[in-house]
Amino acid sequence: MSNAKIPDPAFAQSIIDAGGKTLDLCYQCGTCTGSCPSGRTTAFRTRQLIRKAQLGLKDDILPSDELWMCTTCYSCVERCPRDVDIVDIIILMRNMAVQKGYMAEDHKKVGASLLKTGHTVPSSDKMKALRTSMGLPADPPTTISDAKAMADFHKIMEKTGFVKLIGGQ
Amino acid sequence: MTNDKFALFLGCVAPLRYPGIEKATREMFKALGYNLKEMPGAGCCPAPGVIRSFDQATWLALAARNLAIAEKEGCDILTICNGCYGSLFDANHILHEDPAMLAKVNEILKGIGMHYSGKVQVRHFADVMFNDIGIEKLQQKITNPLNMNVAAHYGCHFVRPSKIKHLDDPERPHILDELIGWTGAKSVPYAEKNMCCGAGGGVRSRDGKFALSFTETKLKNMKAAKADYIIDVCPFCHLQFDRGQKDLPGYNLPVIHLAQLYGMAMGLPRASLGLEAHEIKVNL
Ligand code: SF4
Ligand code: SF4
Repeated sequence: MSNAKIPDPAFAQSIIDAGGKTLDLCYQCGTCTGSCPSGRTTAFRTRQLIRKAQLGLKDDILPSDELWMCTTCYSCVERCPRDVDIVDIIILMRNMAVQKGYMAEDHKKVGASLLKTGHTVPSSDKMKALRTSMGLPADPPTTISDAKAMADFHKIMEKTGFVKLIGGQ
Repeated sequence: MTNDKFALFLGCVAPLRYPGIEKATREMFKALGYNLKEMPGAGCCPAPGVIRSFDQATWLALAARNLAIAEKEGCDILTICNGCYGSLFDANHILHEDPAMLAKVNEILKGIGMHYSGKVQVRHFADVMFNDIGIEKLQQKITNPLNMNVAAHYGCHFVRPSKIKHLDDPERPHILDELIGWTGAKSVPYAEKNMCCGAGGGVRSRDGKFALSFTETKLKNMKAAKADYIIDVCPFCHLQFDRGQKDLPGYNLPVIHLAQLYGMAMGLPRASLGLEAHEIKVNL
């Protein structure tokens, strides 16, 4: 039997403790849902997600797709009459989902790119040629062209557990 | 006299997908008397939608490393991307508000011989153009006034969340429209102008089709308002509109970053604008 609807107050508390102090302030007016571009053409309801979080419906939230439908556009945050940090709360729950192993393959690839070059997108020979033709260095003066900087960048990701988290090297 | 105040933060999408945005920014600021410093060894900001959603502690520590690089150079940070601005501004804000968090991050930075004390300001280049440089100095440099109808796309993380950024009215922003107007181009009003392009929050990488549904709504409204170009202030929105139109038949609106627009208006050589990298050809 599914236990998806069993409230877990400890989950709501863990969001609050992690920085989502404004979670309790939501009085379910629905202004966020009415402002949300993601909910227009889909069943995603910001108000409902916040309600689920208040109730601690952890098993409903963490594996869900809806958790990842927010573009972090902040339209709701601008209008919420209770100053709920909606985006921060969604991000905290995403962090918890990732900790539980719920992470899209395409997102793992973005993480892997960060581990490799310190950037979310790779370069290419074509890009290097274009940069050079414009009088820019073939590679930008970033982690992508600086082995020491890349090693430092990687060290931070080891230390915070990110390397392990996304199953990378 | 040159102004040494800013170090240029490149991020990922500008230097590795649309280097014309980087080049035009460098040339424009040089012409305006700024000597933009480098941020040697900087990395991804890191991206607010993906990396922050995966692990906030990692996001904060990597952002602090970037902030520390600028601090070492004795500079404030100039960003050319809403995502970089969003991440670095937010991270800086957290580190300012929360000394315990700053101490924790510095423990991590110590492992690579770095330290951040919180002295850096993070700025968006359009904010600097509008508020620091201003109409007079910018218009003095305009040798090739533009005559075109454009749709201004602010994106999400330039003026929002306004409670920490305080740059502009979040519901009716005007900075970008004014900056466009100063070049001679006309920013046309269109429906749902403040709407997101669809790319943010990790949505583009996780569900590209869903992201495109936002993009299509925006394009439809821009086209209905008879805009001939899209002007953005973010390489990621830029990419979403430019590459997105390949998969959206019936649309062919060239996408131009504000730095490229000023490059045109200031008469920079076309080669400095990197328009070859654009999917939707810019015939100007
Ligand atoms: S706008 Fe704020 S108070 Fe209203 S439902 Fe949404 S989060 Fe709750
Ligand atoms: S920030 Fe997320 S939940 Fe809020 S309006 Fe934008 S997409 Fe919807």
